[in-house]
Amino acid sequence: QRRRKKTQYISLFCSKIEVFESTNQKNEYECRLADVGFDVGVRMLELLVHREKAGKRENRILGILSFLHTNVWKSLFGKTADSLERGTSADDEYMISDHDLLVNRYISVPRDMGHLNCGSFAAGIVEGVLKSAGFPARVTAHSVASEGLSRPKTTILIKFAPEVIERDERLGS
Amino acid sequence: NTLSSSSSSLKKKKKNSELFTLTYGALVRHLLLDLESPEEVNKQLDKMGHNIGIRLVDDFLAKTNTRRCRNFSEATKTIAETGFKMFLGVTARVSPVDDKECKIVFNENPLTDFVELPEKLQQLRYCNLLCGVIRGALEQISMKVEVDIARDPLKGDDKFELHMKLVEYVNEEYPFKDD
Repeated sequence: QRRRKKTQYISLFCSKIEVFESTNQKNEYECRLADVGFDVGVRMLELLVHREKAGKRENRILGILSFLHTNVWKSLFGKTADSLERGTSADDEYMISDHDLLVNRYISVPRDMGHLNCGSFAAGIVEGVLKSAGFPARVTAHSVASEGLSRPKTTILIKFAPEVIERDERLGS
Repeated sequence: NTLSSSSSSLKKKKKNSELFTLTYGALVRHLLLDLESPEEVNKQLDKMGHNIGIRLVDDFLAKTNTRRCRNFSEATKTIAETGFKMFLGVTARVSPVDDKECKIVFNENPLTDFVELPEKLQQLRYCNLLCGVIRGALEQISMKVEVDIARDPLKGDDKFELHMKLVEYVNEEYPFKDD
């Protein structure tokens, strides 16, 4: 049952890509995908918090990240994300990775689109969830080659706004 | 115990379709922002649906192993009874008017869960994507059809009703001549 839903979802997604084909720029493409994802994220948060957490809000960074990695991912993609890591280069960065992101699985990008990443849609969802939950961040999607995997994994990079980091430090002490 | 497990599987089914519902909603919303006119959005949804429909047929035939439908009546019956169930999880009924016209009726529609249409968007045919999908799919099996939304709960009706009309059977054209 779930697999069938996935197929039709992917078809919808492919056609969405085609709609956005009218914009030639790769950047604009990703922005548009991210925008739609953002909308989904905002509403997803409302739904999930109401249903799974009885309206309880997260106020710590690790809490909201764990919520994303587990609840949001499961709800959207049928499984939890594969990893959640702290960024190595900066204190305000975190990464959620998925080895086989649903939206990237069936889509092949034509050569002239270069490094278009349909993971931008997922990045948009994450950004929508975070913003609505009170953790504004800049979120981007990246393909990362990984040992032992036949295809690159998709890494969602989250860079929190400074006030989020400050607030979390205050709450921690 | 069986009651709770069936209600939890219903919940699971609803959960799985949420991404679909929310994505479609976000898509329509963005089309409205870009194109502004509901009429333009209707056209775009139909076009997108058409693109999906022409691919969906192959997927459907591969998964169900059905015999190719020979005429309009068979095709619409298959769409309503098998297609809708498979792709939308919806039970639909077809009522033929004659051999070139029919209605497809259904009560639920994952595309419209949680949706309310504001007053100023009454011109919007929210589910027009569906019409395009059916049109595109039938085109792949040589039938040119028109699909309209006759009744729409988003506009106050009690159920969804699609009205389908066969325009013509299209002969398959070969890309090269035999002689």
